[in-house]
Amino acid sequence: MKKYVLKRLGMALLTLLIIIFLLFLLVRVMPGNPFPSERMNAQQIANKRAELGLDDPILMQFWNYMTKLLQGDFGMGTSLYNGAPIKTVLNTCVSNSFRIGGLAVVLGTLVGLLLGVCAALNRGRFLDHFCTVFSILGVCVPSYVFLIFLQYNLSYKLTLLPYFFNEKQFLQSSVIPVVSMSLFTMSTIARFTRNEMVEVIDSDYVRLAEAKGLHGGRLVRRHVLRNALIPIVTVLAPLIVDLLTGALVVEKIYGINGIGKLMVDAIAGEGVDYNYVLALGILYSTLYIGIMLVVDILYGALDPRIRVSAKGGANE
Amino acid sequence: MKKSQLTPAPQAAEYVPVSGDFELLEQEDIATDTNYASQGYWKGVAVHFMRNKRAMLGLVIVITLMLLAFIAPMVSGYEYDEIVTALNAKGRKKPATGISPRVPAIHEMLTGEPYDDLFADKVFLFGTDDLGRDLWTRTWYGARVSLMIAFVTIIIDMLIGMSYGLLSGYFGGRVDNVMQRFVEIANSIPRLVIVSVLAIFMPKGIGLVIVALLLTEWIGMSKIARAEMLKMKEQEYVLASRTLGANSWHIIFKEILPNTIGPIITQVMFSIPTAIFTEAFLSFVGVGIVLPQCSIGTLIEDGFNNITTLIYQIIPPIVVLALLMLGFNFIGDGLREALAPKLEDM
Repeated sequence: MKKYVLKRLGMALLTLLIIIFLLFLLVRVMPGNPFPSERMNAQQIANKRAELGLDDPILMQFWNYMTKLLQGDFGMGTSLYNGAPIKTVLNTCVSNSFRIGGLAVVLGTLVGLLLGVCAALNRGRFLDHFCTVFSILGVCVPSYVFLIFLQYNLSYKLTLLPYFFNEKQFLQSSVIPVVSMSLFTMSTIARFTRNEMVEVIDSDYVRLAEAKGLHGGRLVRRHVLRNALIPIVTVLAPLIVDLLTGALVVEKIYGINGIGKLMVDAIAGEGVDYNYVLALGILYSTLYIGIMLVVDILYGALDPRIRVSAKGGANE
Repeated sequence: MKKSQLTPAPQAAEYVPVSGDFELLEQEDIATDTNYASQGYWKGVAVHFMRNKRAMLGLVIVITLMLLAFIAPMVSGYEYDEIVTALNAKGRKKPATGISPRVPAIHEMLTGEPYDDLFADKVFLFGTDDLGRDLWTRTWYGARVSLMIAFVTIIIDMLIGMSYGLLSGYFGGRVDNVMQRFVEIANSIPRLVIVSVLAIFMPKGIGLVIVALLLTEWIGMSKIARAEMLKMKEQEYVLASRTLGANSWHIIFKEILPNTIGPIITQVMFSIPTAIFTEAFLSFVGVGIVLPQCSIGTLIEDGFNNITTLIYQIIPPIVVLALLMLGFNFIGDGLREALAPKLEDM
């Protein structure tokens, strides 16, 4: 187990390093000028380049960047355009995105699991059909459409909830984004849980347990759910990353000061803000790889077969 | 037993069999098994698929929408970027901005009197947008753009991913190891990061969307192709082909590829909605399709910008998007079941 974890960890770190280097390289060697040339003259640009160390050899730049990064500073610490330090901006954005995304993860997972389990236990009955329709709807309609719908009806028509996100009224104003963001997770998990459960219920070992007189909640909890949950962990990982890093459009529409909105502003504004793209790219990749790693290890811990086959693969 | 020791049975006289000796008297078709009629693999899949109501519904939805996307903009009488205008009393051109959906004939039938504005004789099935363009035309034109992007990218992705996965799985060993490490790294880069990096050095527009999709969607295909290859390459027919002197190229693309195409096509069906979704999302954010071109994403964005005043604008693109997603997902599910039917479904 220890060896397995170490191997996964090493691989993840190496991947991350490669990705950061690639991102850095792409952003640096890109043709074009990071500064809006219509606003600055040649001398100003040259000064700025020297100040940011853009004329150094690329490997040295990367080294400098990495040392700063490891100290918790996203390199050239300010936005190219408005001069706001990335670190402070990121702090607020990450906390906003994580709070709302975290709530959405919890809501989506819990309700999704519950729905999936209920549907599997009532196969072919109303609840099952409801679950199917619900999960189809949730997968087919983008979250921002739900957001627009809720915003229009609840905030604009009925004025029950705030129309935009407001940090002072965190609870009230996070209802709409959390619900609309969690729907996709909810429906994916509901559908997946249902299918896994049905498969496990039909398996021989559950039939055996039943034949031995086990039934009801104990059977479901001990034998069915435990085995059905293992594959769900893998589906959950990318969903969590998506939610934590903010459904971009949701944040943009609802005016949430989060990473998603930051990203949209950085790439869709008049010019692309290199520093933000680099910082956010690293942040996203780190999160993504980190969560994947946790899930992989968790998966190995939950299911011994994975560990064994991974070991076998290494020996080949 | 040795054959040479067998002596032929003594024969009295040479008997010449006639066809009447072997005639089936009552059941003439007894020789063909009608209960378990032999049928080709693809015929079986097709039969299975057709029996699946949901899959057929998906197919009907997708075909209908495709036909509409193809034909509707041509017969609507408007261009997708045409601002519909009419001359007002003073002889000035006025655009048909923000008109809600209308069909004059129906309106007249219901209320008994025609519309009393400048566009009394014009049909706008989905209304017009805030610049005065016909939304019916724009919606279907947008659907066409979205579908085209999805199909083009997914087909290229299929070719890339399939070849990559098949080669990686076939050669195995060190080649496979290197190729899979590359996939692992490529797979760990979030799509958003790829898009944002692309946005730095590519102009916004269709090209950006296509390249972003090309860079991400092939990975899933390659994984499936590799898994199929690993299953297939130990089978006897591959060994037979190799024994007969076939080279790797022939074995991979002529022998094994046809047997792995099923799961790959299923994956394609699931990738198309992903592509449409991504395109809609990128266009909504503002790095996708640029005006006056339109796609589902830009139409939703336009509708959203006017949601408090012209609510009807956002409905058609959303419905079309949802129906496309639904249709392709149903087809994908149906295909998956048809390709690997479980015993209970037979």
